[in-house]
Amino acid sequence: MSTTTYETVIGLEIHVQLKTATKMFCGCELTFGEPPNTRVCPVCLALPGALPVGNAEAIHLGIMIGHALGCEIAPRMKFDRKQYFYPDSPKGYQISQFDEPLCAGGEIGGVRINRVHLEEDAAKTIHAGASGRIHGSEASVVDFNRGGTPLAEIVTEPDIHSAEQAGEFLRLLRTTLRVLGVSDVNMEEGSLRCDANISIRPAGTTELGTKTELKNMNSFRYIERGIRAEVARQTALLDAGERIVQETLHFDPRTERLTSMRSKEEAQDYRYFPEPDLVPVPVDAAMLDRARAAMPELPAARQARFEADLSLHPDTAKLLAWRSELGDWFEAALAASPDGVSPQTAGPLANWTTNELLTRLGGDVDPATSKVTPAAMAQLVALVTARTVTAGAGKEVLDTLIAEGGDPAQIVEAKGLGAVGGEDTLAPIVAEALAANPDIAERLRGGDMKPMGVIIGHVMKATKGRADGGEVTKLVRAQLGV
Amino acid sequence: MTNLTNLTDLTAKAAVDAIAAGDLDAAELFTAYREAAAAEDLNAYTWVADQTPDLSAAAALPLRGVPLAVKDLFCTQGVPSQAGSKILEGYRPPYDATVVAQLAAAGTSLLGKTNQDEFAMGSSNENSAYGPVKNPWDHTRVPGGSSGGSAAAVAAGLAPWALGTDTGGSIRQPAALCGIVGLKPTYGSVSRYGMIAFASSLDQAGPFARDVTDAALLYSHMHGRDPRDATSVGRPDADAIALPTGERLDGLRLGVPDDLTGEGVEPGVWTAFEAALETAKGLGATVERVALPHAGYGLNAYYVIAPAEASSNLARFDGVRYGARAEADDLITMYTKTRHDYMGTEVKRRILIGTYALSSGFYDAYYASAQKVRTLIARDFTTAFAGVDLIVTPTSPGVAFPLGAKTEDPLSMYLNDIFTIPISLAGIPALSLPCGLSEGLPVGLQLAGPAFSENRILEAAYALEQAFAFDNTPSAIGGAPS
Ligand SMILES: [Zn+2]
Repeated sequence: MSTTTYETVIGLEIHVQLKTATKMFCGCELTFGEPPNTRVCPVCLALPGALPVGNAEAIHLGIMIGHALGCEIAPRMKFDRKQYFYPDSPKGYQISQFDEPLCAGGEIGGVRINRVHLEEDAAKTIHAGASGRIHGSEASVVDFNRGGTPLAEIVTEPDIHSAEQAGEFLRLLRTTLRVLGVSDVNMEEGSLRCDANISIRPAGTTELGTKTELKNMNSFRYIERGIRAEVARQTALLDAGERIVQETLHFDPRTERLTSMRSKEEAQDYRYFPEPDLVPVPVDAAMLDRARAAMPELPAARQARFEADLSLHPDTAKLLAWRSELGDWFEAALAASPDGVSPQTAGPLANWTTNELLTRLGGDVDPATSKVTPAAMAQLVALVTARTVTAGAGKEVLDTLIAEGGDPAQIVEAKGLGAVGGEDTLAPIVAEALAANPDIAERLRGGDMKPMGVIIGHVMKATKGRADGGEVTKLVRAQLGV
Repeated sequence: MTNLTNLTDLTAKAAVDAIAAGDLDAAELFTAYREAAAAEDLNAYTWVADQTPDLSAAAALPLRGVPLAVKDLFCTQGVPSQAGSKILEGYRPPYDATVVAQLAAAGTSLLGKTNQDEFAMGSSNENSAYGPVKNPWDHTRVPGGSSGGSAAAVAAGLAPWALGTDTGGSIRQPAALCGIVGLKPTYGSVSRYGMIAFASSLDQAGPFARDVTDAALLYSHMHGRDPRDATSVGRPDADAIALPTGERLDGLRLGVPDDLTGEGVEPGVWTAFEAALETAKGLGATVERVALPHAGYGLNAYYVIAPAEASSNLARFDGVRYGARAEADDLITMYTKTRHDYMGTEVKRRILIGTYALSSGFYDAYYASAQKVRTLIARDFTTAFAGVDLIVTPTSPGVAFPLGAKTEDPLSMYLNDIFTIPISLAGIPALSLPCGLSEGLPVGLQLAGPAFSENRILEAAYALEQAFAFDNTPSAIGGAPS
């Protein structure tokens, strides 16, 4: 039985493929899904004599990332060579940055950033044969289309303390990068990849435990599950009095198993040295200004604006701002609001969007892919606010919008969902409800308001939910004289 | 038309002028050289054009279709480019090196590819996988290296001019040992794109020619900024290369470095050098001593920096994508066996030295220190050029040595480049000009100037050339056995 409680310490390394037109060091076009080895040239195939030339657009995007994460930008862009032999590295080295990363320091979502540096992506090695791994494969083939794609590697400080926090941080980072327009940030296609360095230590202590590295997880859910599995494994080891070995692990989401890829104790010496084919380029004020001028509103600023200008609840504001597609959809709906843009229109619209719509669509779905247009949503919320329909009827309209699309007013008309109100229509129904429940009527008359719901329920049933509860209460009080 | 036996006696400039005047047919000239090259017994060529191309278009261009011999390590589209190595045996690049393309556009026609030390590593051409080259002055002696084939071909009348590369002396030293002119331009003035790299921060292409005018003419079509080589800068616009004309050296201040002369220089070489200085004085130059306090460490720094870069540059020769591949059951064995079987001893030695120098824990002691020395040497030259216009030294401490004399002693081989290496480290231009004989073999005079001072160097060399009246015909001196 474990008596020690542990604190989890996680640092992340995130590789982001940058959305430039061409590769990092050559003119090859960047596209996804082309036939193998059709986007190649002497440079990215490392033919004898070929030389790299830095992609200025990639440096620009790197500076934008630095600005977004609050980093210091280096005074010059300097590349280094990182040597290793593998078929996916045709030069026998990767052009990366070692001692002078483009961006250093910074913070986002409460997690400090250590550095952001630029490098080139490796080619794709495919192992033919049953195992799909190098051992036991009959042949290995290399597709160099991906080789040389610009990458930004973002390294965090070990400031993350749970799988959930890692997931939340990554979602914020992904939104930030998406809003910046620097990457497709698509984990399935590999344009966003994450490695996690994980260690645990007895709660209350400060010395870091031995860390392991969890490699190449290709969805947020796998990352969270992988981290949980690794923390559990490390906890069990320490509880059993064993030690943790520094190693690189692969998490298989199907089996939930962690397998060792290689031990860090036999770690390679990458023999970094300054890339002599690329002279360092000064990062001047014009480059910094150009990047700053290209900066869009970032999630944190958007959240702050939603709270300040639209008086949204912080949780709602965060949900909308940290998922940029949701924020965009919400703002489109708000702009289409018949009652104009104000906290009075924004509040109900945000609630309908985050509670009713998202619940119905499923949490991760982008509403832009549904049949509900932002304008239709705005009209529906306006109808509810104006009490033209009740909240209950509004939800029925929303169900129809999700199923078929269309115009809320027409749906209300066609389905007869308009609110039943006004003394002339509602008073006889209320009278009927009181008559049908004499004992309840007696209690209400005696000042016990608790059973009011029964009367409202009766009226709602009679009006198919189209009556307004407040108005019914008012009529009950009037008719009973209380 | 013209008597074929005399055609190959023309300098390139004389041939250009004769073709322009309609006195010579470019194809006839090409055929004369092609036949001479095909029949050569120096092993200067590794490939010779098997037919005379249609030169009617080239004859209208500035260089009039005059043939050009090209060092093996320049990529030539569809033509073997092996860098003197077995690992690239039969390799035919899909593209032309920029300088090759540039010269073709100026009207040269590719006559052949010339033998060289493997990957330009050597000072005798004995490290070629395709066998050593013989010195045209004495077939039992080396032509120098690494561009030994180019130097021998030009000296023996097997090419009017040739392209070489110089990393630590690989143009100047063979030019000296073969009695011709060789220019190593300012680093960055000529594109390196398509030159199979030895040491990126030092490699520079340059011309071999029978006289200073031809060297100036060829270089004037070689330089230029290349968007595919990030280290290339071209030349200052205001300083276009002009063909030299002056015959006096009035007011020219020549500096003889204290720290580079004396010990280790053969007496005959020293005598020829001192006589050359007297000739310069007679033309109006002044000669003074200059201090280059750190130049003596040049060899040490060079043999860290160049192997370090080479160890990285040569990693791409892994048997995966092109060139020779050894059969093996697994990847690592394939890599090891390919590089073991198809790379020569000197190449392997330098890869090991370079790998060691870049290794974690040794980097600061070796590579970082060597770069500091390099900076100090460059500063020495800058200081010296405040007081003198050019620095002069013997190009090589000795004349051509017998084949096999130094192959067992790398250090004594390395000492051949003691006068050329500091200049390479400083990135400044230098030219070797034949200034006399020692033991019946040519002695080279090296003239070095500040960055981009090629015109100054060429002017001075031209004036000295007229005064030396050196007869560069090997057969006239003798020494070549039947
Ligand atoms: Zn490419």
